[in-house]
Formats: sequence, structure tokens, C-alpha cells
Amino acid sequence: MNWAVVQRILGLLLMMFSLTMLPPIVFSLYFNDHSWLPFVEGFGITLLAGIVIWLPVHRSRKDLRIRDGFLVVAAFWAVLGTFGAAPLYFADGLSLSVTDAVFESMSGLTTTGATVLTGLDTLPVSVLYYRQQLQWLGGMGIIVLAVAVLPMLGVGGMQLYRAEAPGPVKDTKLTPRITETAKALWYVYLAFTIACMVSYRLAGMGWFDALCHAFSTVAIGGFSPHDASIGYFDSALIDCVAIVFMFVAGINFSLHFFAWRYVSIKHYKQDPEFKAYAAMLVVLSLVIVVSLLNYRGLDDAGGTIISGVFQAVSIATTTGFTTENFALWPSAIPVLLIFSSFVGGCAGSTAGGIKVIRWLLIYKQGAREVARLVHPSAEIPVKLGKSAVQPRVVDAVWGFFAVYVVVFVVMLVAMMATGLDQVTAFSAVAATLNNLGPGLGDVTSGFMSLSDAAKWISIVGMLLGRLEIFTLLVLITPVFWRN
Amino acid sequence: MKILILGAGQVGSSAAYHLSREEANEVTVVDTNADVLRELQDRLDIRTVVGHAAHPEVLERAGAGDADIVVALTDTDETNMIACQVAYTNFRTPTKIARIRAAEYMNANNLFTQDAIPIDVRISPEQLVCTHIEQLILYPGSSQVLDFADGRVRLVGAKADRGGLLVGQRIATLKDHIPNTEGRIAAIYRDGVAMLPNGDTVIQEGDEVFFIADRKDIRVFMSEMRRLEDPVRRVVIAGGGNIGVRLALALENTNQVKIIERDPRRARQISERLNKAIVLVGDAADEELLLEENIDNVDIFCALTNSEEANILSSMLAKRLGAHKVMALINRPSYVDLVESGSIDIAISPQQITIGSLLAHVRRGDVVKVHSLRRGAAEAMEAIAHGDKDSSLVVGRAIEDIELPAGTAILAIVRGDRVIIAHHDTVIETDDHVILFMTDRRKIENLESLFQVGVSFV
Repeated sequence: MNWAVVQRILGLLLMMFSLTMLPPIVFSLYFNDHSWLPFVEGFGITLLAGIVIWLPVHRSRKDLRIRDGFLVVAAFWAVLGTFGAAPLYFADGLSLSVTDAVFESMSGLTTTGATVLTGLDTLPVSVLYYRQQLQWLGGMGIIVLAVAVLPMLGVGGMQLYRAEAPGPVKDTKLTPRITETAKALWYVYLAFTIACMVSYRLAGMGWFDALCHAFSTVAIGGFSPHDASIGYFDSALIDCVAIVFMFVAGINFSLHFFAWRYVSIKHYKQDPEFKAYAAMLVVLSLVIVVSLLNYRGLDDAGGTIISGVFQAVSIATTTGFTTENFALWPSAIPVLLIFSSFVGGCAGSTAGGIKVIRWLLIYKQGAREVARLVHPSAEIPVKLGKSAVQPRVVDAVWGFFAVYVVVFVVMLVAMMATGLDQVTAFSAVAATLNNLGPGLGDVTSGFMSLSDAAKWISIVGMLLGRLEIFTLLVLITPVFWRN
Repeated sequence: MKILILGAGQVGSSAAYHLSREEANEVTVVDTNADVLRELQDRLDIRTVVGHAAHPEVLERAGAGDADIVVALTDTDETNMIACQVAYTNFRTPTKIARIRAAEYMNANNLFTQDAIPIDVRISPEQLVCTHIEQLILYPGSSQVLDFADGRVRLVGAKADRGGLLVGQRIATLKDHIPNTEGRIAAIYRDGVAMLPNGDTVIQEGDEVFFIADRKDIRVFMSEMRRLEDPVRRVVIAGGGNIGVRLALALENTNQVKIIERDPRRARQISERLNKAIVLVGDAADEELLLEENIDNVDIFCALTNSEEANILSSMLAKRLGAHKVMALINRPSYVDLVESGSIDIAISPQQITIGSLLAHVRRGDVVKVHSLRRGAAEAMEAIAHGDKDSSLVVGRAIEDIELPAGTAILAIVRGDRVIIAHHDTVIETDDHVILFMTDRRKIENLESLFQVGVSFV
């Protein structure tokens, strides 16, 4: 373990992150909401901490190894969640405990979107903006941003990038240089954010709401500056804009990059993961819309359809926006929705969950076993599109799946041990581990009623979900620390 | 510059390493072996593509469409040639470099033209390595001999020892020792640290000294660094592969050459190609065989087999049995340092020899030749100064007025046929070939910009 390098990069990243507390100050002064002070304090503390960490080792010039990469990423996300909480903790109107502030900040950064705040509509503008911004930064990955703007990370950038990027195959680069790849991803991300903001504005939101919702839509976060989430606007047009952009943000950003570079949509059409993702959303939406229509009848069929599709896309991509309280929907729909969040979006997107590609590979493996029963001596590779998948990748998918289930069960038991009923505990774990946001039972509209212990379990769950478990899990294995 | 390297073998990997270290380059490597690529991508900031290097679809995926240079370094000559052909026909790649091993292709006329096989630069590592060893044998005592300006000027590295006239004295006294020859000491490596010397620097025993001089003066200079050795007469080559046979062919008319080959069939084959050299069938690490062939009288023992471990061990054995000087062909850079401090006199690294000829083509500015030294930490290069006093940062200026990056020195200038050893007041003219030495290659970009024409400056 190369402590000096880890420390140096961590310090640098913290200093960089401190800059993100400046825009809320601008908003505060512009809207005159008298809450700029917490952000100045947060900025000062974060910057100072960064300098204190960085200064003793700023001359260290060693290369980052793979192992160091895991530590930097895990430590950075954990530390960031903590420092990101500073302005929320200091804000007068909120009077949050440390637990609540960290929960809110971590929920933002990991694009979960679960909240412990109530009465959002009365909070200062700058605080509302800050929550949305946290989601936006966490969406594409704050490490990816760092790799893009800090060229000195060099080869080490790849180690960091791999430890943060979601999906089973992490070696694909869009461009030869990792810095350029990171930049490309952020440009695409930025372009979608702007497009989303303009669309929201045209659909009827004010500029501020449009910006805030664009941040949390493209990041697949789910925070909203309103208690009623997107339902606040009660507009079919806005719902449709949200559906489109949630769908787009759940696609692998590499595909967007190629589409933009080669000005063609053939990459989408050829990508098996995209096809599976689109098919899954269509089927899920159909099932939910049909059940809803069956229950509610055909009065206001248009509204029911939009509402059903919206909720299906929002939950399945792990965004977590709501227009209605879906926990009250009839029969199996709420549970079906929660289960769809286990699938999540595509690898390389901003979505959470297990990712479509892993499910696809697991399904194909199942299909292979069936085929083997029929043709015992056949040689049947697992194929994605036209190319065979390396056995190593398939193994990794099974490993991930197994660990996911184990982590889920452990967290579920721990949650229930804090006194939650089974439905609440189950949906709370699903909502955090999949970076979804809303759950069922007591956590339908937020996590404020939970005990501190349950909140900390949720914080760990969100972090595990965002870093896809292994990056964090590897740190608690003895092998990692053994020299 | 966007560079496409085809083949992730030893030369390919080391090319990727050297090229991707420079900020301005974007390197993509293509190979059929996914494991090798994954390992390579872990270490280097490059992109990798799995596939057959000559297939148009693979090249397209690797970004041949906007690549500036294609470097074909796969195992087979034919793949390399077709890959360059595809790059030229389908993607109009401006510069195509290929490794061609077979001398039969290299010697054919009119083969490598735009309307036949469009390869701009052909590299034959075997040829380069062979020439390298030949020159080391030509100048006994040198550890490196680098040609510039078609061999008119040579940069020679040698270890200073007690017998050298200059050892223990200030460099300024060089003029008194050898008044009528011009030359310059380029750099001194003492305990692995580079120094650019001045007149007051004292050369110590054990220093590795790089000096530059006209071809005809090299021997005189060499005697300043170490006791002049007798010309090499008896050479034993271990390994009858391509390099071994080439070397034997080149040396057999002037030296007594014996070549040891393990495989009887191969031995028979090469014995038919060689005229004077003696081909011995046997193991190069066989003590009996070596003693029988009077290894203790041999001037130079070259271990050139495919296996670097075998090369190291057999040359150590030869040294112990009394060979005057031993050389070993070693690919792995980490071995090179390891053995040169031990009983092996010279480690020959094919990658380092080959990489120079690649680097010359990725440099901005008109760079004719690049030699990579000291595992790529240092570099010697030959660049042509273009433009006039207004458009160039070097032309029309005395050397002392040129703002060279730290650790860089101008050594010599070749003007037409004339070799001018650089002094502080030498003025560079347009079309001069300027020979430079860099102890720190990270400054390369500053240096490149010096030799680019039309850089705006106030």
C-alpha cells in the first residue's frame, strides 16, 4: 500500500470538491435566502481538510497501483459523503443531526434520492439547489470528473475509473487516453443535462425547477425541491419529458458517445443490453398500465397510462421520482416495482441496481443449461450479440450476484433488528442498495421515521450500491491489507 | 498524435510504453491475445482492441480512420504488410511503419512503393541488432555506438577505466592530449546519475562517458577513456537464429567466427549459408564444448538465442571459463540492469535499439534519427533546422543564445558533408543537421517546439 499517493490524491480531490460549495452561495445571494453562511463554512472546512491532508505529501510522485485505486475511491466517497453533509448540518432552518445530514448528503451523492427532510417547499433555495447538485455530481461519478480535470492522475486515473465505473466489464475505453474518455463522458452528460433543463422549461417549469430537476433526472437521482416530487407540477407534458430523459440516462453512456461521434443510431440497435433494457421497460410498463386500468376503469385512461409508465420507468431505472403514492397501488404492483429496481439501468449509465447486462448474462447462462439438457455434448458459448462472452466475465457476474444477495440478506436482518417491520425493512434495503430512493411501508415518502441505527445501515447500503459492493468489500478483506 | 500499434509482442509493448509516456500521443494497441492486452492496459494509459491486426473491421474499430501513424509489429511479415496495405487503401493513413524480418523482402526492389505495398518505413530489428553488435565489435571497449548523419558522426558510450589518459583529469585538458582532433564529451553517468560536463569536470574511473566525434577520430577518443583494446579477432556466437546468422555473415570475412547451434537440422542449414564461419552443433552452456573450442582465447562471446535466461547463463559461464568479453541478448529491461552490474559486459536490448527508429517518426519537427539510451531515460537525436532567423528558434543563432531545456546539450552539427563539433559560439544555419543529447526525456516537448518552424514568438 502506497499511503503517500493515496493521501495526496485524496487531499487533491477534497480540495476540488470544496469548490462545488461555491455555486450554492451564488444562488443564496441571488435569491437572497440568507443561508449563504453554511456553505461558506462547508467550503472552508472541506478546503482546509483537503490542504491538511495534501500538504505533507504533496511532493510524492509515485504511480497509483490498482490496490491504491480501490482505497482512494472508497475513501473518497465515504469522506465526501461526510464533508458534503457539512453545509446541511450548519444550515439554521434545518437543524439536522449529524446522522441526518450525512444520510441526506450520501443519498444525494450516490443518486439514491431517499430523504429525511420534510417541508422541502419552505427550505432556502440554496439548500434545495445544493441537494440537486450533489446528485448531479454523483451521477456520472465524481471520480470520473476528477480524472477529466486533473490530468496528473495519468495511469492512476484508470485504476480510479475502474474502481468507480458500474458494470461487469470495465476495461472499455472510448478513447486511448483515460482523461479524454472521462471528458467525453462528462460532455455527453452535460449535453443531456442542458437538453433536459430546456425541455423541462418548455414543458412549463420555471428555470430554477427546470435546472434542479434536470440535475436529478439525468443523474437518475430522484431528489426534488418539492415534497410532492414531479407530482407537484401535475402536468402530463412534464411527466413525459421526465420519462424520456430517465430512459436516456439509464442507457450506457458509451452508446451515446458513439452515436454522437459517428452521428448514427446503429450502435443502439446493435447493443444487446440496450435492447433488453428497452424491452424490459416496455413489458413492465404494459403490465403496470394494464393492471392499473383494470383496477381504476377507463375514466381518465390517458392520465392512468402516463402515471403507470412514469412510475415504471422511474422505479425500474432507480430514479425514484413519484407522481402518485405508488405504495397504495393495488395488488402486486408496488412489490413488482420494487423488484424491478433490482434490474436497474445499463452498465456505464448513471443508474443503480444490478444492471441489465448482468441479468442478461445470468439469463443466458440459464438458457444454456436448458440447451445442454437437450444436447448434452454440444459446445454452447454464452453470447452477447455476435460475440462470445469471456468465461471470466460470466464468473464475475455470478460472484457479484451472490455477494449482492448475501449483502442484501445481512442488511435486511440488521434493519429488522432495529425494530422495522418486514415490508419496511425489505423495501428500505432495496431502496438504498439499488440507489432507488422511495420504498414501501414506513419509508414510502422518506426515511425520517427510522432510528439512527437504521439510517447508518442505509448510508452503508447506498455506498455499497453506488460502488457496486466489491470496491468497498475488498477493503474489509485481510488479503487486501496483507503486503 | 494518434498512433496505432499492431501486435503487442515485446517490441510492440515497449513501443506502446515509450509512446504513451508522451502526453501528446494517443496510443491504441491491437492484438489477438486478450490477456496480453489486459495486462498492458493495466500498466499504460492506452486503449486496446482485440482482433486480427490486418482485418479492415478490426482496424476500423481501433480508430484507423483518424490515425496518424500505423506501426505494424506483429510476428509475421505478411500480416504487417497487409495491415499497412489496408491502412493505406481503406483509411489513407499518412505514415505506415512495419517490421519486416525476412531479408528476402527487405532486399527486393520496387516492392515497397505506394502502388505495390505501401510501407513508408521498414524496420528490421534483426538487422538493427546485428549492426549494433557489429559496431560494438568494431570499437572494442564501447558499450554503445550510435550513428548520426549516415554514420559521419558517432556518439559512443564507454566506461572509463584506469588505463584511459583522461581519467582523473579535467575535461579541459583534452585539447592538450589530442590537439588536432575535434570531439566533445556529451554526458557522464556516475552511479546512474546524469551530468552534463563542463571544462572543469573531472572524469573518474567507473563513469560511463558518452562522447561524440567524427567517425575517423573515435579510436583516438576511446584511448582517452580506457586502455585501448586489441581489435577483436575471435568471436563465438551462441544461437544460430536470424540475428546470429546475420552477425556471422557480417563478421566471417574479417574475424574468426564460430557459431553454436543446438538443433542439428538448423545447424546444417546455416552451415550451407556460411562460407568461412564454423558451425558447431551443441549446447552453448556445455562446459566441455566451450573448453574444447578454446573459450579462454575468445575475444567476444555473444549469446543471441531466443531465450534470454539461457543467454545470461551461457555468457556468465563463458566469462568464467575465460572469454575476454561477453554479450547477451536480453529483452526484459529489468534484467539489463541486473546483469550489467555483474559479470556480463554488455547487455543488448533489441527493444531499445528498435524503439529509436520508431520515435524518429512521431517527433514533431523534422527529426531524422532518435536513439534511446539508458532504458529510455535519455535520448540522442538528430534534427534538421529549417526556416530562417525569424521563423525558427534555432537558425541564425549561436548555441549559447538558444534556450535549451535543462539537461539538454547540442553536441554537433553536420552541414553538408562537414562535421562541426559544437562550441558555444557556433551559429546554426538553415538545413543543418543538429545532434542533441537529452539526459531527461521528459523535456522532449520543449525541445521539439524549438525545431518547429513558424512558432510565433515575440
